[in-house]
Amino acid sequence: MASPREIRRRIRGVRNMSQITRAIQMVAATKMRRAQERSTASRPYSERLREFIADLSSQQMDAEELRQYPLLEDRPVNTAGMILITPDRGLTGALNGNLIRRGVRFIREDAGVPTKVIAVGKKGRDFMTRTDQDLIADFTGLGDGPSLDDIRPIAQIAIQEFLTGSVDSVHLVYPKFVNTLTQTPEVVQILPIVRPEGDEAQDVNYIFEPDAPTVLNEILPRYVEVLLYQAVLETVASFYSAQMVAMRNATDNAKELAEDLDLSLNKARQAQITNEVAEISAGANAFRVD
Amino acid sequence: MASLTVEIVTGEQVVYQKDDVSMVVAPGADGSLGILPNHAPLVTLLHGGELRVKSGAGEEALLVNGGFLEVVNNKVVVLADTAERASDIDVERAEAARRSAEEALRNRGETQDIEEAQQALQLAAVRLRVARNRRNRGQERPAG
Repeated sequence: MASPREIRRRIRGVRNMSQITRAIQMVAATKMRRAQERSTASRPYSERLREFIADLSSQQMDAEELRQYPLLEDRPVNTAGMILITPDRGLTGALNGNLIRRGVRFIREDAGVPTKVIAVGKKGRDFMTRTDQDLIADFTGLGDGPSLDDIRPIAQIAIQEFLTGSVDSVHLVYPKFVNTLTQTPEVVQILPIVRPEGDEAQDVNYIFEPDAPTVLNEILPRYVEVLLYQAVLETVASFYSAQMVAMRNATDNAKELAEDLDLSLNKARQAQITNEVAEISAGANAFRVD
Repeated sequence: MASLTVEIVTGEQVVYQKDDVSMVVAPGADGSLGILPNHAPLVTLLHGGELRVKSGAGEEALLVNGGFLEVVNNKVVVLADTAERASDIDVERAEAARRSAEEALRNRGETQDIEEAQQALQLAAVRLRVARNRRNRGQERPAG
């Protein structure tokens, strides 16, 4: 058995560690709440936009009309595109691993064709460079509260790749925030734009200024931007909740470990005392003259 | 009498919301347009500029830049790239932004983001115009 001194040192180490994990847990809890608020605040815009596009595209379009909206063009996929959104940092339990695994599965199975990757976040980028994937762009260091302006360049690259025919579809892979305990990797197609279905198909005859194609062609890229923006905000929320849970588990484990060590410390000390007493009484016995 | 509901939303948040509005004046792509209750369904792109909301005796001004406006069933929804209340505009900061954008445009040789600088310049100019309009009106009708 280890000596009491050694056990004491380990207890100190474990306690220090639990202090650190607890601190990270607290910080993550606060930031998670803020990230959730941000994600909620941005929802009205995307919902309005979705209703809007549903309204505008509810009218049946023939092939001739569709050609005016290149972002809606559905074509056979020879090259796929994937935007993998991951956190910049770790200490998130299984979150990053699951996410990256889902991304790899997308390339191998869902796409099944050569796939170009845009990595948002360090973890995904590092993996993609390490495994030598076809990485066409990476964005890192977006921080906890990126603005829509920060996200726009990502959407622009995706749109550009799609319009030039360098990829025939673009999917998003990101950690969907289900609740504090659950975040699941989610795959969403953003290009060509999947036309949302209106809940109640309002058949409104709009007046367009300047004209319908111009308006719709302005709106459609914004829809791509906002889908991406929401996914990024959700990734931040998922990151902090996963980190909070992982750090809480770490803190609990450290506490348990410290208790176990306390017990073995007591045992070791008791054994030492018993030993010493035994030695003394043995020594005394040796001098006893009957 | 019928009235309008106005909602101004950006990607980040809902900036403005108001019921019982009697008129909205917006900077449309084809020029300024006024919207009264019972307007026909309309979708228009927006230019950078001042959006005015009249209700009762009062009037509020907001800056909007980019995006579009939808009118349907007496509901005016503005989805803007940028939107802020005129009273929130920081004149000094807008002035500084304009100067730095002008500076960037003058040193064209070095900067590759000419388009970006032009956009920044335009936004700063619109901001200043909206803020100035508000101040002028404020002097005429201090109670406004």
